[in-house]
Amino acid sequence: MGRRAKNKQGDPLPLHADPDLNGSWKSSTAKSKPGHKKSSVPNLKAKLGKRKPERDDYGERVTKKPKGVLPAGKSEPQAKAMPTKRPDAKGQGKSKGREVDPGEDEDEVVSMGWEDEEDVDVRAEARSLFRDSDTTDGDGEGEDYEEFTGFTGGLEDLESDEDEAEDDDLLRGPVQEFDFDTDSEEDEAIALPARHRQSKQPGRPLKIIPTGSESGSSDSEDSDSEDGGKVMRGKTTIANMEARSRAMDAEAAREAELDMQELQDAAAAGETDDEDLEEMDDDNGDEEGGGPSEPVKILTPGEREAEKKAGGPDVLTVQRRLRHCVRVLENFKKLGKDRPRADYVSQLVSDIASYYGYNEFLAEKLFHMFPVGEAIEFFEANEVPRPVTIRTNTLRTRRRDLAQALINRGVNLEPIGKWTNVGLQVFESSVPIGATPEYLAGHYMLQAASSFLPVISLSPQPDERVLDMASAPGGKTSHMAALMQNTGVIFANDANKARTKSLTANIHRLGCKNIVVCSYDGREFPKVLGGFDRVLLDAPCSGTGVISKDPSVKINKSDKDFMLLSHLQKQLILCAIDSVNPDSNTGGYVVYSTCSVTVDENEAVVDYALRKRPNVKLVDSGLEFGKEGFTRYRGKVFHDSLKLTRRIYPHVNNMDGFFVAKFKVHRRKKAEKGGDGDGDPAGGKGDGGDVVDDDAAKPAFNEEEDKSYIQESKRRSMKKKGLRVPPRKTDPLGGS
Amino acid sequence: MRPLTEEESRTVFEKLANYIGRNLIKLIDRPDGPYCFRLHKDRVFYVSESSMRLGISVARSNLVSLGTCFGKFSKSGKFKLHITALDHLAQYAKYKVWIKPNGEMPFLYGNHVLKAHLGRITEDTPEHQGVVVYSMNDTPLGFGVTARSTVDTRKLDPTSIIVFHQA
Repeated sequence: MGRRAKNKQGDPLPLHADPDLNGSWKSSTAKSKPGHKKSSVPNLKAKLGKRKPERDDYGERVTKKPKGVLPAGKSEPQAKAMPTKRPDAKGQGKSKGREVDPGEDEDEVVSMGWEDEEDVDVRAEARSLFRDSDTTDGDGEGEDYEEFTGFTGGLEDLESDEDEAEDDDLLRGPVQEFDFDTDSEEDEAIALPARHRQSKQPGRPLKIIPTGSESGSSDSEDSDSEDGGKVMRGKTTIANMEARSRAMDAEAAREAELDMQELQDAAAAGETDDEDLEEMDDDNGDEEGGGPSEPVKILTPGEREAEKKAGGPDVLTVQRRLRHCVRVLENFKKLGKDRPRADYVSQLVSDIASYYGYNEFLAEKLFHMFPVGEAIEFFEANEVPRPVTIRTNTLRTRRRDLAQALINRGVNLEPIGKWTNVGLQVFESSVPIGATPEYLAGHYMLQAASSFLPVISLSPQPDERVLDMASAPGGKTSHMAALMQNTGVIFANDANKARTKSLTANIHRLGCKNIVVCSYDGREFPKVLGGFDRVLLDAPCSGTGVISKDPSVKINKSDKDFMLLSHLQKQLILCAIDSVNPDSNTGGYVVYSTCSVTVDENEAVVDYALRKRPNVKLVDSGLEFGKEGFTRYRGKVFHDSLKLTRRIYPHVNNMDGFFVAKFKVHRRKKAEKGGDGDGDPAGGKGDGGDVVDDDAAKPAFNEEEDKSYIQESKRRSMKKKGLRVPPRKTDPLGGS
Repeated sequence: MRPLTEEESRTVFEKLANYIGRNLIKLIDRPDGPYCFRLHKDRVFYVSESSMRLGISVARSNLVSLGTCFGKFSKSGKFKLHITALDHLAQYAKYKVWIKPNGEMPFLYGNHVLKAHLGRITEDTPEHQGVVVYSMNDTPLGFGVTARSTVDTRKLDPTSIIVFHQA
């Protein structure tokens, strides 16, 4: 009791649920921000590292991750934390919740530096996700789980996963040891660094959350207005760290700039005096508690030019303007009477472009895809890297064995979630994850979580013939081979010959034996070989969903790129559809996927395919999460069935942006009216004749006579074609 | 892509027999169908017949790989076995060498196996015999050629090489 006692806090204050929160990602970020300052007091004694100044509503939430270890050790005095396996997780979580001091507890934040805060943030978010599902002991895995499936705590997941009951023991084994063997301080020291310190990511990565919920932006607005005080307080997510550091960089020059600004404002104040003052009052009232008292001005394009010429606005101004615009736009009726909405929008877009580093075109394109608050979240999410994930190669090993082996090497990981049984998320590792003996032996593949999705959707069956039209570097191809258990044949194609080398290497490393690698332009496909059972087309795209991986996309994509890409994708998808054998008894599916979020590469291409190939239909993608595709977008209207496609966003699901559409290919029907000349000419003429007849009001046509003529000409035409002519039933006209 | 000529076949089978001996026949007649070796651009591929027939429709300049690559022929006609063949050969290996955990990484990085790293070795391994190298938990790691026979290995000091790293 001795060493634990100093960690013990007073009795927890009563909890009250917050009706706002429904576990959506946004709301959780909103709530997770509370007064998150960098506390430089390493107050080891006060709480465990994981604690943070939470509000009451957090009390209910439980965390089930093995991180709950610390509270477990700490909560020994609490009755709940019994060292039994199953209830342990919940017990830990609950007790942890109860021990929270409500209210803004900044002083007591244990900070082991930056990472701690972020960790806490993230975990609070994660906790909020599980809040609803965890309201009862062990009951969380029900329906709620379907919504919030994501990276649940490893323990939770392992419990719920029937296949891998043993994982509980494996993954919890070493974890348990921390509980009972080490000191509380050591707990903090060990558990935290084990998780965070060596991470290459800026903080503890967010869990991958395949929820589709995006509740309105009111929550973020609330958080904004609740902020009060300094500008620096944004939504303090990991993402915002970036913004913060940038602001800090600009801090040195801030004073001088502010002076300049004031001068400018005074000069420009003549133009829009009254309005600005009003805005200023509003702003000052809401935001600039302690900051410099300047109005947030929305500039006209002319002023914007001037600003750019003067070397660009400083980060701080841009940020404030951004937030102001967002607030106004979200509540335009009340707040934004003075300027037309378009002005705010254009100002916002230009600020986003300069703040996040996009070119104007792309900023506008991406901005228009989301409601305002969500757009900001999207941009923020693109600044932060997504978690590193690996896929177990089921041809060589099983997930639990692999997890065990990697943990023994010093890698910190967790299974991903309910929607996949081969995925593992790596938090951090002391050995390079791409160089372990298991990697070399082909036990796993480094692959983004969203790349599992098209293969899961396609679900190739054993003994099928499958085509992968753009397969380098081979993650999806090898996944398919694993699902097919090395039976059947996969044609892995990539237009770029140099990339086929890496493709071949990966295939061999992972032990896929049924793959033929070729290097054609995808558009050649039905010519080279057709009749496939399934085709996967992971089309070359603009990469707007993976901006966090490749920031150069922000600046080098122009409208021309989009046009070219979209054209190429349309051609490829038609070729893919034509390569499928519609009569295949097990298949007949095409999956089209891109790692982009823009509409003209996704919905537009799918819609084009549906129009050009009437024998193709969209079917359910087989994915449980993700937002539905758009059926209309800014004036364009698409086919209704596009609701069956799925969009994944980085700010919602914490995976790379993705789009998946699954088609079923049916047989092509022969000539419809006036289609190919398959119908016989006589018949065609007859039809034409009838139409003329109706118009001309029934002249005298003798059906009987005509019949014989018609029959004769039919026979003649058939003979000409080489078809077999049925024997005559009636007398021939006058010799055949 | 073409089938192997007599000469080439002989070279390849000799090499393989060095590692798996008479089990070579099991490579060809597998329960899930006949497999065959095909040559494409100096590389020998081991592929099932059905996949091979489909692969024929791919033009020579566009074909990159078929099934599993076992190795390639050097310009002088020697056949070098690649690590990609490990999976297949490890099943039928006649002589095996197990190395200790501390010896895994050096071997993977291309060094030869020292006696200090030796865990187990099958009895009666003659000298210059092709072996498959395993880790202690029976994961195949690569190929090698023994430097000495098992009997002689016992007499050696711990820093001497006992298996030459091949792939």
